[in-house]
Formats: sequence, structure tokens, C-alpha cells
Amino acid sequence: MNTDVACRLELRSVTKAFPGVLANDQVSFKVGPGKIHALLGENGAGKSTLVKMIYGIMQPDAGEILLDGNVVHVPNPKAARAMGVGMVFQHFSLFEAMTVLENIALGLDENISHAELEKRIREVLTQYGLALEPHRIVSTLSVGERQRIEIVRALLLNPNLLIMDEPTSVLTPQEVAQLFETLRHLAANGCSILYISHKLHEIQALCDGASILRGGKIVGACDPKQESARSMAEMMIGGELMDVEKGPSRQLGGDRFVVNSLTVPGEGDFGVALDDINFSVREGEIFGIAGVAGNGQNELLLALSGEVKSEDSYTVQLDGKPLGKLGTTLRRYFGLCAVPEERNGHGAVPNFSLTDNAILTARNRKGMVNWGVINARKAETYADEIIQQFSVKTTGSTSTAGSLSGGNLQKFIMGREIMQTPEVLIVSQPTWGVDAGAAAAIHQELVNLAGRGSAIVVISQDLDELLAICDRMAVINEGKMSKTLNVAEATIDEIGLLMGGVHGDPNSTTEMTEAAHVA
Amino acid sequence: MNDYLLISFIMTVIGASTPILLAALGELVVEKSGVLNLGVEGMMLVGAVTGFAVTSITGMPLVGIIVAAITATLAALIFAYLTLTLTANQVATGLALTIFGIGLSSLLGEGFVGFTIDVMGPVFPAGLAEHPVLRVVFGHNVVVYFSIAMIGAVAWFLKKSRAGLILRAVGESDSSAHSIGYSVIGVRYAAVAFGGAMAGIGGSYYSLVLTPMWAEQLTAGRGWIALALVVFSAWRPWRLLLGAYFFGVVMTLELYTKAAGITLIAPELLAAMPYIATIAVLALISLRKSAGAQAPACLGQPFKPST
Repeated sequence: MNTDVACRLELRSVTKAFPGVLANDQVSFKVGPGKIHALLGENGAGKSTLVKMIYGIMQPDAGEILLDGNVVHVPNPKAARAMGVGMVFQHFSLFEAMTVLENIALGLDENISHAELEKRIREVLTQYGLALEPHRIVSTLSVGERQRIEIVRALLLNPNLLIMDEPTSVLTPQEVAQLFETLRHLAANGCSILYISHKLHEIQALCDGASILRGGKIVGACDPKQESARSMAEMMIGGELMDVEKGPSRQLGGDRFVVNSLTVPGEGDFGVALDDINFSVREGEIFGIAGVAGNGQNELLLALSGEVKSEDSYTVQLDGKPLGKLGTTLRRYFGLCAVPEERNGHGAVPNFSLTDNAILTARNRKGMVNWGVINARKAETYADEIIQQFSVKTTGSTSTAGSLSGGNLQKFIMGREIMQTPEVLIVSQPTWGVDAGAAAAIHQELVNLAGRGSAIVVISQDLDELLAICDRMAVINEGKMSKTLNVAEATIDEIGLLMGGVHGDPNSTTEMTEAAHVA
Repeated sequence: MNDYLLISFIMTVIGASTPILLAALGELVVEKSGVLNLGVEGMMLVGAVTGFAVTSITGMPLVGIIVAAITATLAALIFAYLTLTLTANQVATGLALTIFGIGLSSLLGEGFVGFTIDVMGPVFPAGLAEHPVLRVVFGHNVVVYFSIAMIGAVAWFLKKSRAGLILRAVGESDSSAHSIGYSVIGVRYAAVAFGGAMAGIGGSYYSLVLTPMWAEQLTAGRGWIALALVVFSAWRPWRLLLGAYFFGVVMTLELYTKAAGITLIAPELLAAMPYIATIAVLALISLRKSAGAQAPACLGQPFKPST
């Protein structure tokens, strides 16, 4: 037992099964005091399940969890907090319509007066140099500020172990840099941090050790500082990582797709208005739109796909044809296809078979409907082709869209649009939640489609993705589009500043140095 | 309108408003926890009939009211079991609860039709309670004061207490509340039970004070007005008080114009006024741009925790 005391957290053969899947299989690893330990793995590798057991949200089927050398049973999150374990969730557990103060009070188990709580919050904020106003309503805060609420909530408990589940997926590079500073400060004070991510650069910048999880099993451990991002990625996917080949012969033609003074009023309380959006995409070009979530990306996709029609025909043009007043079906007919961010329910009908989902968007361009009657055989053949060409893992074209994993469904939806060879393809978050191998395949297909002369617009929060495949890019911030940058010349600093909406503020450049290393 | 008439008008308004105020206040708490219980009318009827039956047997209206609260709570718990534990659709289950309440109350009440009971008297001594002017303040029975005290209590509970904060949190984001470690289902059970008790007391006010007798469908759709009131109040207790008294005025106007022999407006139209006002108010609220913004974000959504 004495040798184990050096470990803040130790897992011994932790196993958890769900119906039909073994989420964690005999997982064991250790984290020392004051260490930042990474849990690395693809989506669906079992990282989230594992930490939910440490935090008491789920119970392991077998195995032991040890804190400071003692075997513990964690029946619920309250017990975890009492043992000094804090957690910051990937999807924030925040209450939009309440104040910061109320949100923090909800995360504490002791009942203290709001005045006393406010005093303690301000102390923690000063101690860690965090900016947050306790009386603001959460729905008015940026994503970075929301995450700070979660962090403050965890810090108020003086945790010995802090679990961070994919904390940076929604942050700007500047916010990431600030978060890392806070985490290092914490670790220096002796708090251990279990850091979950699939972003390898971040892990290299931050972590002292890493355990790699694949298919629910620990497949390796490493010191991230000694490894390359590529070697860790290959450990993660258990194979060789494919590179995207842009192909030297790609010729850019004239303007294919032109967006001209597109203005859309914001809907409801949380909608973002699009303000005078202008850009054009040339034949064979991939145009990227970066930005932090919630800055008008969804509204832009709807306005481009035709789900929201414009009042002026000339706001959206394809090969000079004005499409602004047309709906999605007619825009598709003219060669403009779109893939929305939300796969289940927006990109596909979960309870429909893959064949039926293929009919929904490809019926006209693939001639599946004659006089209102569906040609079932043609539709089935098309669905089978997509499954084959995009290596969609499924039992066949009759299985429902909802039964596929997120990554596989994304491959199917991307395939459905790409194989229609649209003149213009608009995609939002093409590889969100998709593992590295499949992401590379999707990127390659997009590049190939551009090679065949299509104009492609990629809306993404993943800067690495945009830098890897795009020719030119712009940043959307609060519904406004920045100037267009040539990807070959753009620096991460420049893009980061545009994302935060700070247009060339010299004071923020020092914070940028670390962000540049990270992204 | 002379002073005497004005005083008695106000007294009638307060009487007419109290039951819908109680039922709506209960439903407000239920909806704040994220549950939509459309069975208010049914629970009120269950309370009305059991309260009347017990009072006519025991002769003690207070016992009747307590029994009304208990039986309506039991009806609410059926709803809670179906919607929270079995995650049945809340709208359909709520409608079923109303139909169930109508049927059950008719069945139970059959033997009590035509019975009479003593009406609850005012709380304060006759000198105050029967004073020609001061009776506006002191001339009411215990339930009226209880209803106003409950408004204050619920307002304080939701805004200031920790339990109220948790209840609002559950209605705002059930998944967040669950991941922090609160029992979403437990909180909702408690809220639905409270809603049932309040609806039961409200219902019994009809059979014990206002009518006072038992007849089928005695509450005459007032449960639906209570539901509309919750939306009208934007889920705020004090505004609910205002709304309930507004509806009380509309309902009382009907009686007074009839009594005064004013025939300018058809009496049928006047009788329909509260319901027309309900529709008008709801339509106006929906037209507002921020409509729905004040509603608890998880209202009506079933919650199934992952294990």
C-alpha cells in the first residue's frame, strides 16, 4: 500500500459494458500528485465513460478506483466532490437562463449565502487571474466564459483531482492559451489533472504523461513531450495515418459560386444576424469559413442551402444563375448541395433507412423519381455505392440512419452529396466527431471533388482541418465575415485574432505565442 | 356603482379568483420543474368531490380541504408515475388525467348530489369581518389568506431558497442538473405532488365555499384558465396574482351585469368572457417577440437518465 500513496488516482482493471458494446475493458493507469495526465483516444474509444465512473455518474462493472492509495466507491458526483474530485464537462452542465452565481451555487454541496459565495468566487477569480462577472446571465456569455464558470465551480471545492473532458473543443486559440495557464497554475499547487482530448498538439504542450485508449482498452502509454503528433495519432487509430494529397495539378477556374451582400435578420433571442456577407469561390477551389461556434455559422449554412430564402435573387449565385429566392430542392437541381452540422435530424432522418435517406436529397440529380414514383432499385444501388465507396460500416442499405455511429453516418451523408458531383458543395463541420482515419478519407474526397471542378465551402471550427484542405479562408464573427486570407500565407495568430473579433490589437499578441504552438 | 356595491363586487372577485389562483400557483411550480401537467381540471374535480364528501360527513370543512389536497395529490402521482417513471407523453397523459378526473368525480359525487354543508366562516371576529368597509381586508375565510400567503411563499422559495434554485435548474436543463448530481425525477415528483395538492384545494373551494354543493363538472373548465394563467404570468408568482384577479373581475362582471339587468350584451356572451379572455391573452402573448423565452427550457420534455 505504501508504494501506492504516491498516486493521486489509480485505476485497476476497470471494466464497463453497455448492451452490445464493451466500453471499457480492464483499464488500468496511474496519475501522480500535481501531474497533468492525458487520456488520449478517438471518439468512441471509451474516454468519457471512464471518467464518468471516476466522477460517480456511472458505476464500473468490475475493477477498482483508488484515490490517494485507498480503494473508493463513488456512488454519485456528490460523493466524488466530497473526495476532492472535480470535473469540467465537454458539454457544459450550465443553466442558460440563470446567473453565473446561481450556476456556481448549484454545483456546490454546502448551502452558503449568495453574498458569501460571491466573495469566495471573487477570491478564486483573482487567485487564478480569471475574468468573470458573477451577476451576468449565462446565455449572454461567450463559450470561453461559460467554461470559466465550470472551472470556478470545480476550483471552489479545492480539488485534488480535476477531470477535464475535451475542454478546448469550442475555444479560440487565445482562450486555449489562457486555459492552459490556469491548469499549469493548478498543477503547480499540487492538483492532479486528468485531461481528455484527441488534440495531439495540446497534449504535447500541456501533459506530463498520457494513456492511450482504443476500443475501450489501454493500448499504450507515452510521454507526449517525447512523441510526435503523428506517432501518437497512429497509436490512437492503431494504423498508419493517411495524408491528404492536394494534387499539384489542381487548376482554379473562374468564379463559380458568388455570395453577394447576403443579409439575414437573426431569429429569436439567441439567433445571430448575418450582416452583409460577400465572398466568391472559384471552380476547383475549397473555401474555408472559420469561427467560434454560435457566430452565425448555422444561419449562414441555412441561407446558402436554401432552407432560409433570401429576398434578393442575386445574393446567392451559381455560375451566374441567381438562386437567392429558391428553396433547397431547386438549389440542388441547379447543382448546389449542402451538408448541415447536425447529422441526426437535419442531415438525415434517424428512423429512415439509408436508402430512403439517399432518396431525400439525391432523387432529382440521380433520376430516382419518375412521375412522382420512386425507382426503388436505383435508390438502393446508389445507397450501396455510397456505402462501398466511403467504407461506411453498416449491415446494409436497409439499416436505419440512427443505428450508425456518428462518424459512419457522417461518411454516408458526405458520400451522398459528393457522389452527386454538385457544382457547389457547402459543408458544415465535415469531420466533427469523426475519427482521424475517417476524417482523412473525407478530406481526401473533398479535395478530389474540387479536383473535378466543383466549388466547395467548408464551415468548420477546426483550424487544422481548414489549413489542411482549403485554398482560401475567412473568419465569421458575430455574423460578419472577415477579409479573405490565402491559406498559404495566413498565420495562426492572424486567424485567432479574427476569431476573437479583436482586429489587430497589439496587446493580445503576447498571449498568442502559446496559442500558436498549440494550434 | 355605490360604495356598498363596490365592496361586495370586490368580495366576489376575491372569491372567484382564489381557486384558480391556487391551482395556477401549483401548476407554476410544476412547470418550473420542467413538467407540463394538463390535468389541472381533473385534479381540481377530484379535490372538489372528495372535499365535499368528507365535509358533508364530518361537518368540518378544514378536514375536507386537507382530504381534497391528499386525493388530488394521489391523482397527480398517477400522472407523475406515468410521465416521469415510464416517460409517457406529458400532454396526452395530462389530458387523460382530466378526463379521468371528470369521470371519477361524477362517480364519487353521485351519492352527494343535493347535500348541503355549512360554509366556512371568516377568520377574523365579526367586528372586523362584518365591518361595511374593512371586510374587504378582514372578511375572508382561511383559504383566501392561505392563497395569498402561498404566493409570497412560492415567490420566496423560487427566488431565494436553495431548494427553489435546484427546482428551477431541473426545469432549465435536466441533463445538466443530472450531471451535477441532482435527482431530476425526484424533484419533479415533488413538484407534481405540490401541484396536485394546490389544484385539490382550489377545486374544493368551489364545492365548499363558492357553490356550495356538488354537481358534475362543478369547476366548469376553470382548470384550463389556471393553465393559461401560468403562461400569462410568464411563470412569475406575483404576476400570477394579478392575472388571477383580472380573470376574477371578468367572471364577476358577468354576474353583476346580469343582476343589474343590463341586457345590452347577450348573457351567453358574458358567460363566455373568461374563456374568450383566455384565448385573447394567450394569442397576445404568442405575438410578443420574446414569447417562450421565459418558459422553462425543458418544459414538457421527458427525461431519461443514462446509467
